[in-house]
Amino acid sequence: MTGKKVILESGIEVNPLYTKEDINESEAHENMPGEYPFTRGIHKEMYRKRPFTIRQYAGFASPEETNKRFKFLIANGQTGLNVAFDLPTQCGLDSDNPKALGEVGRVGMSVDTLDDFEIAFDGIDLDKITVSLTINGSAIVLMAMYFALAEKRGYDINTLRGTAQNDILKEFIGRGTWIFPVNTSVKLVVDTVEYCAQHVPKYSPVSICGYHIRESGANPIQEMAYAFSIAKAYTDDTLKRGIDIDEFASRLSFNFDIYGNFFEQIAKFRGGRRLWAKIIREDYHAKNDRSSWMRMIAGGGGGGLTKEQPENNIIRSAYYALISALSGTQTMALCSYDEAYTIPTEKAAELSLRTMQIMIHEMGICDTVDPLGGSYYVEALTDQFEKEIKEEMKTVDNMGGIVEAVATGKIQEKVSHQAYERETGIQSGDIPKVGVNIFQREEDPKPVEFHPYNSDAANYQIEKLKKIKANRNKSKVQSCLTKLKKDCEQNGNLVPTVIEAVKEYATVGEIIQVMKDVYGEYEEPIFF
Amino acid sequence: MKILLSKPGLDGHDVGVKVLAHAIKNAGFEVAYTGLRKSMEEIVEMAKKIEADVIGLSILSGTHLILCERMKEIMIENGLDIPWLAGGNIPHGDVDALLEFGATAAFPTGTTIEEVVDYLNKLDNK
Repeated sequence: MTGKKVILESGIEVNPLYTKEDINESEAHENMPGEYPFTRGIHKEMYRKRPFTIRQYAGFASPEETNKRFKFLIANGQTGLNVAFDLPTQCGLDSDNPKALGEVGRVGMSVDTLDDFEIAFDGIDLDKITVSLTINGSAIVLMAMYFALAEKRGYDINTLRGTAQNDILKEFIGRGTWIFPVNTSVKLVVDTVEYCAQHVPKYSPVSICGYHIRESGANPIQEMAYAFSIAKAYTDDTLKRGIDIDEFASRLSFNFDIYGNFFEQIAKFRGGRRLWAKIIREDYHAKNDRSSWMRMIAGGGGGGLTKEQPENNIIRSAYYALISALSGTQTMALCSYDEAYTIPTEKAAELSLRTMQIMIHEMGICDTVDPLGGSYYVEALTDQFEKEIKEEMKTVDNMGGIVEAVATGKIQEKVSHQAYERETGIQSGDIPKVGVNIFQREEDPKPVEFHPYNSDAANYQIEKLKKIKANRNKSKVQSCLTKLKKDCEQNGNLVPTVIEAVKEYATVGEIIQVMKDVYGEYEEPIFF
Repeated sequence: MKILLSKPGLDGHDVGVKVLAHAIKNAGFEVAYTGLRKSMEEIVEMAKKIEADVIGLSILSGTHLILCERMKEIMIENGLDIPWLAGGNIPHGDVDALLEFGATAAFPTGTTIEEVVDYLNKLDNK
């Protein structure tokens, strides 16, 4: 042994040298890209055929601005966009709710009724653009709006594409836009998965997010284990509705985080991908290979970036992008270097884009499939990750399953304790961070900027809502809401009635309120 | 000294406030935390109920000026006269405005845990 012990954040000890002895027993020798269990990638040719998709996250305050942006992107040849929503929309509150004060249109598009969607997607061919909705707590309503819009405009929703984040369980661990009690929240996700499997089969109803769990303090093993446990919880309940695994599993995808040790992250994805394939095929008996693909979006995580010497984040992001590409990602999004303290400048956003483009076009990163495959170290670590993630999933099972562990706050307690350990580790210098606790220099305070709050735009949104409320068919709205209440009480699938209600211009707030009246609201267990 | 940490508004960023809660507790203070998405009224009410000596507001969504402007009124309405602090992602340039709104202290972006703990120790010894 040379030097001091090296222990990864995940607790795995790293040897100073790896040789073929370390992978003698490994199944790495048999693994091939595009073949079960997909350790080396879900496609045979991977980026040789087509590079990963670049999809940056962006928010525009109003439906009107969003519409302009869509048209600009389409004119420039783009085919997809992530839509960010403001916090009132995400929490199921209308723009005129007192709790929405100061938040309308601040971090994304404000949506009260279907009218806002009609404005946002005016003149846009929904067959040509795929829309990704970053929405969770109120996802059932926003998804229903998207389907209602498509139907009203004469599209066959049977061929409609698009995605919703719609992963409520991770909202209880990090991000925080939960509304209903945990079990009800899961039921609503499963309603959308069931509805999509039956009526909108090309739509991806859930993107399970290890990302926010990791940002909240989970280590890389826990990130994968909790995400898989969450995916299994949605899967189990969907199966209970009599839907076959092959009718929906291929539409589930994942959103993961990247920061920390280089090889640890790569092994996390390779080992995780292998394990997920095995879970879906062996435990759930899926017959279709696509069902067992761990499709993912992965890019730089905010947790690794620093506000000290922010230019260093450009370098960090380039490594994160490389990790993502070497891990066989499907889609990549990078944080901007100034994101740790401000809204990204245009320059910073462009640099993120260029980072990915340089990698694709200059570095030859797409020339050959899984270039790290066969590395003694990477394969040994991949095997260890597969094993450790599986172990951690058992720990979750022993807590009574992920739904129970989240409802009681056990997971939150664990990750928030780890976040504390990590932060004190950084502040004490035990966890080295360049520019923060080593190689520092005196710096001026950073110019912190927020999305400027436009109270005129907020008032405009509120006025628009007033007009819609005055002009809609009140008795039809009321009968939809009454029917919704009945559906809630009878525990039926709520999606069809929510679609009817949004078509009559019932508001996000009204629909969510009916559901709150029946189901109640989540009471946050307090842990720190 | 009993400190109530809180998350006013709709902002869901709670890693920082929980880390701070942990650190303040370890520094020997009594700590309570409201959880996410509380109105100013709810926060002040809880402070009264648990007889907090200090209120801390954690705000990262950029709404700190709008929210803190109301804090003073609500404190007066409720007859509560205890120090309150604002922290989170707060531009240095907004610190003075927050102090004018009545905050006893405002901790801008980049404040360390140690700085907050030191401040609380001083407040405790007054």
